[in-house]
Amino acid sequence: MATVDLQQVNKVYPNGFHAVKDFSLNISEGEFMVLVGPSGCGKTTALRMVAGLEDITSGTLRIAGKVVNDETPKERDIAMVFQNYALYPHMTVAENIGFALKLRKLPKPQIASKVKETAEILGLTEWLDRKPGQLSGGQRQRVAMGRAIVREPSVFLMDEPLSNLDAKLRVQMRAEVQRIQRRINVATLYVTHDQIEAMTMGDRVAVMRSGVLQQVNHPQALYDHPDNLFVAAFIGSPAMNLYEASMTDDAGTVRLGSQEIALPVVCKDAHPGLARYGGKKIILGLRPEHLPAANGNAAAAESAESALVGNVDLVEALGSELMVHFTIDARTVVAEGATSDDDDTTARSGEGVARVDPSAKAKVGERITFAVNTAGMQFFDPETELAIWD
Amino acid sequence: MGRTRKGWRRVINGVNISAFFVTLFIALPLYWLIISSFKTPVAMGDSPPQYWPSPFSGANYSQAFVQYDFGIYFRNSLIVTLCATALVLVFGTVAGYALGRLPMRGKFTLMVTLLIISVFPEIALIAPLYLLERNFGILNSYEALIIPYTAFNLPFAIWILRNYMLGIPKEMEETGRIDGAGPLRTVWSIILPMALPGLFTAGIFCFTACWTEFLMALTFESVNNWRTIPVGIAEFGTPLEVPYGTIFAASVVAVVPIGILVFIFRKFVISGLTSGAVKG
Repeated sequence: MATVDLQQVNKVYPNGFHAVKDFSLNISEGEFMVLVGPSGCGKTTALRMVAGLEDITSGTLRIAGKVVNDETPKERDIAMVFQNYALYPHMTVAENIGFALKLRKLPKPQIASKVKETAEILGLTEWLDRKPGQLSGGQRQRVAMGRAIVREPSVFLMDEPLSNLDAKLRVQMRAEVQRIQRRINVATLYVTHDQIEAMTMGDRVAVMRSGVLQQVNHPQALYDHPDNLFVAAFIGSPAMNLYEASMTDDAGTVRLGSQEIALPVVCKDAHPGLARYGGKKIILGLRPEHLPAANGNAAAAESAESALVGNVDLVEALGSELMVHFTIDARTVVAEGATSDDDDTTARSGEGVARVDPSAKAKVGERITFAVNTAGMQFFDPETELAIWD
Repeated sequence: MGRTRKGWRRVINGVNISAFFVTLFIALPLYWLIISSFKTPVAMGDSPPQYWPSPFSGANYSQAFVQYDFGIYFRNSLIVTLCATALVLVFGTVAGYALGRLPMRGKFTLMVTLLIISVFPEIALIAPLYLLERNFGILNSYEALIIPYTAFNLPFAIWILRNYMLGIPKEMEETGRIDGAGPLRTVWSIILPMALPGLFTAGIFCFTACWTEFLMALTFESVNNWRTIPVGIAEFGTPLEVPYGTIFAASVVAVVPIGILVFIFRKFVISGLTSGAVKG
């Protein structure tokens, strides 16, 4: 049992590339911390520095209160699960799991009983005599986990451990990994580029971009109160709709293209900082679920002053809800690096997505009115990209 | 194959016919070598030739060992070849590991240099090497062959082993480090077992090359006691007589170690040894 504490940690590669900048993060005992960010943001480098596979250029790394910057991975008492599992192909499952114990010169019967115990936790008992080549992807993944937990490490590190699994197995293993982490109850640093994985698994989530830590918080807090444009755009699926907008001089109404959305008092109270933006440009963020359709909904139509009208481009019926892709006459803002590679990054200007009730009548080519849930609106400064709160 | 062939087409098809000719091409000379080694000197010159030895005679074998010291040649070949192969594998593994896995300057230059060295014709170096060995006083010794054999076969072995080492994911070593294995332990318990196919390939090539090498063996070992099989066999007979039967018998015995080696090589299921290490 231990905590992990990174203080102002930097990593500069010999070629001058500054991969991790002033990174400070604290993982408490038994906490499941997920480090998430787009490819190449330095998250894996940060993890490898904790593991001791990468030198720390400057800053302090403490494990269980002790500075371990110059200690070997072995001395740090950490265990790590790699993206590609890195199982020893010439050893059986039992030998793979027991290898670290063998290196510690534990007596054979003790190794055998620990391996057996671990295999039971992971449901690998009947595969102990197999070699990795004879196992399925999910089983290999479990062996890799077993190899890590059998040592009862004080810190558990995982580098995108689920990314080699197919979609269905990944969802299953997500729960499995969480279950195991709860059971062994050690500080865990889990790296992923998948924000859904981060949101569903982490006790807390740390978002990183270009080597800089953006925000650390509980998943829901990250979602509801992003500190900046990047976090707002990165967390959530479908992503938050972000538009260039401007405030009226009295800072009471947002101009979005040719439309205006009046801000109720509650909204102004929640974002007192907005008062400073009277007559200025801002970036408006609207989560897809904060755009319920107003069509035929009398109650929603009443608050017509916070309505938003768009042209329907595409409707995706998911059964429980409709994803309505629409266009308005405002410019879309794209947060740099926030869209993942498989997303369509060439978003057309004015595009947006709304998550509406299946009873709503949305037809391609027709106009649709949304009753904007103003409480869920987010505002960002276009210069600093910081969220506007106080 | 989804469809099943019927009748004669099951036996006589393109693949089998090709295989038959390939086998014939390789097996016929070997068959001729073996049966001829059991013929008597008289039957050797028969026309038309005997396709099965009659009478069946083991005289050629006893002659090779008794009259011509074939036992000594065999022992010399075995010692020289095994020592050279062992050295090549040890140095090749170390060098291959360094070139394949460690951060190092001038790797490319080194690899190209090795490639150039490995295609250098042996005959061009024989004279200077002879003088060198004479100056060191190691002519007519095992070292006289072990050293140049190691040197000549090392570049190729380094290339093969380096390529195998290169193919091993770096996570294997990192996992080892995290599991608490030191550098030597990592190489011994993790890298070497994974590079085993490379070791076998390099070993077989080196063994065969040393076992059949003629030019250096002829030049550096002028005394009968130090001769290896190829030179020994070439020196069989007198200016007046070429004892074909004995030469054939000796050749058959010379093939045996390579045959055993290939058999062992086959036994190890090499392909697929590294599968399952990474990815799903």
